[in-house]
Amino acid sequence: MAVEMLKEKWKGQVTEVVIGATEEDGGTRTSTVTVGGEAALPFLDFEGEIPNKPVVAYEVFDEEPEGWAEPLVEAWEDVYSDPVAWAKKCEDEGAELIALRLVSADPAGQDRSPEEVAQTVKDVLEAVGVPLMVLGCEDAEKDNEVLKAVAEVAEGENLLIGVAEEDNYKTIAGACMIHNHTLIAQSPVDMNIAKQLNILLTDLGVKEDRIVIDPLLSSLGYGLEYSYSVMERIRLSALRGDKMLSMPMIAFAGKEAWRVKEPNTSVEENPQWGEQENRGVMWETFTASTVLQSGANILVMRHPQAAKNVQSLSDDLMADNS
Amino acid sequence: MIIIGERINGMFNDIGEAIKNQDPTAIQEWAVKQLEAGANYLDANVGPAVEDSPEVMKWLVEVIQDEVDAPVCIDTTNVDAMEAALEVHKGTAMINSVTAEPSKLEAILPLVKEYEAEVIGLAMDKTGVPKDSATRTAKAMEIVANVDAHGIPMEDLYVDPLILPVNVAQDHAPEVLETIKQVKLLADPAPKTVLGLSNVSQNCTNMGLINRTFLVMAMAAGLDAAIMEANDQEMLDSIATAEIILNNDIYCDSFLKQFRK
Repeated sequence: MAVEMLKEKWKGQVTEVVIGATEEDGGTRTSTVTVGGEAALPFLDFEGEIPNKPVVAYEVFDEEPEGWAEPLVEAWEDVYSDPVAWAKKCEDEGAELIALRLVSADPAGQDRSPEEVAQTVKDVLEAVGVPLMVLGCEDAEKDNEVLKAVAEVAEGENLLIGVAEEDNYKTIAGACMIHNHTLIAQSPVDMNIAKQLNILLTDLGVKEDRIVIDPLLSSLGYGLEYSYSVMERIRLSALRGDKMLSMPMIAFAGKEAWRVKEPNTSVEENPQWGEQENRGVMWETFTASTVLQSGANILVMRHPQAAKNVQSLSDDLMADNS
Repeated sequence: MIIIGERINGMFNDIGEAIKNQDPTAIQEWAVKQLEAGANYLDANVGPAVEDSPEVMKWLVEVIQDEVDAPVCIDTTNVDAMEAALEVHKGTAMINSVTAEPSKLEAILPLVKEYEAEVIGLAMDKTGVPKDSATRTAKAMEIVANVDAHGIPMEDLYVDPLILPVNVAQDHAPEVLETIKQVKLLADPAPKTVLGLSNVSQNCTNMGLINRTFLVMAMAAGLDAAIMEANDQEMLDSIATAEIILNNDIYCDSFLKQFRK
């Protein structure tokens, strides 16, 4: 008996978003990253086109990280007091995209000025050729100033700047529009707010292909399933033709995975969990690879081995299944 | 919800005049206006003022598609007029309509197949509109079987269970709602369902209220499409709200505005 392959006919498609700009497009990047464009569920290329693979971004702090787990310290301590050297090392490790987190702007910490941190962004741009994602210090008021300054000094580079939220998006969105950058729109594990925020942004004049959705990831063991199902519904809505949920999705897997107990506990403390090194890398790898299945387009990672694991899994999944 | 704008119908005076004088102005204005309001298809019916001939139907489809890039729902009982309109129609047309009468099915379904059109199937035959849901469903099944036998995809069939005015045929409305539910069980994938919505309120008071209340009830029963007044703003609000409550669209605070985009 002949078996017919069941193929869903989708009417929608994920919007294609480009990050970075080469000389031709007014920037100085040696490469750009394109995400989105899928016309089917993740990796189901037998029922629709999957033109771009998910991208792994390496996370870099603009100051020496505090309280990091031992495996992360071991991986980066030779460079992590210098963001330029750190970014270069990421590029050497094979990063196609670097996520620079401007922690030093935090008013509760070093409280560096917008001009100072914008200079760091410039330095990193000069040191590496891959496109850059720039993230604030998570103090909404300060980030508005900082990201505005960053958008200005990096005009033409088409950074991916984040994050805009429902109650704080106008300044960042305005800066992105004026200086031609792409924007991360973050919503708190809530697709209704994700959709509403995209409507507010597009009403303001931000183009649909200049927005990346951050549905806010939770770590493995700490609510990953909520993020997973929200991401899945966002993706299904895109494929059903909902333009306001059609943007590519970003997941901060490194940040979330390494802040929970399991990757941060030594084997002496918890012998039943096994070696910390492997456990931490796997915690991050599984957090990221799970949301790869629900449609994540950009995975922001911390440990180089976890980043490589996810890259290799994503390459395998991109193999032709048609 | 698939909205089929009902306004290009010779039964309305401006359209009747326009067809008689071969003046496309009013027709094209309504085409644009209905699409802007959110219509997905434009019903086209020459009406009582002129003869329902192939020439007139063809002209009507041409003047609509000269102005807008939208599918037309070719509303005629004249098979030659259907064919003439299908010949000039760009994109996927909808035929309005066929009944369960064997002679009609045999005349019309080959055209639907040949032009890869969609078709509305009225759940009735020459004995008239059935009284109860069971008979309506039986007529729908006859159409489903014939559509399948002609190799037309089931998703291209829109079964119309035929709503009558609620003031004179009040007992029909619940039967129609039940028929919509039953029709969705007749095949997998299921045929679509459609209503000529304005019929429910003919010669009643509060027509808009009756129309939109019934439409929401029909949507809850599984209705996919309606031939309706596309420019009725309160109706569109009701549809947008029903789509949210049925979990067909993802809720957001701007859901009414978003539905109109």
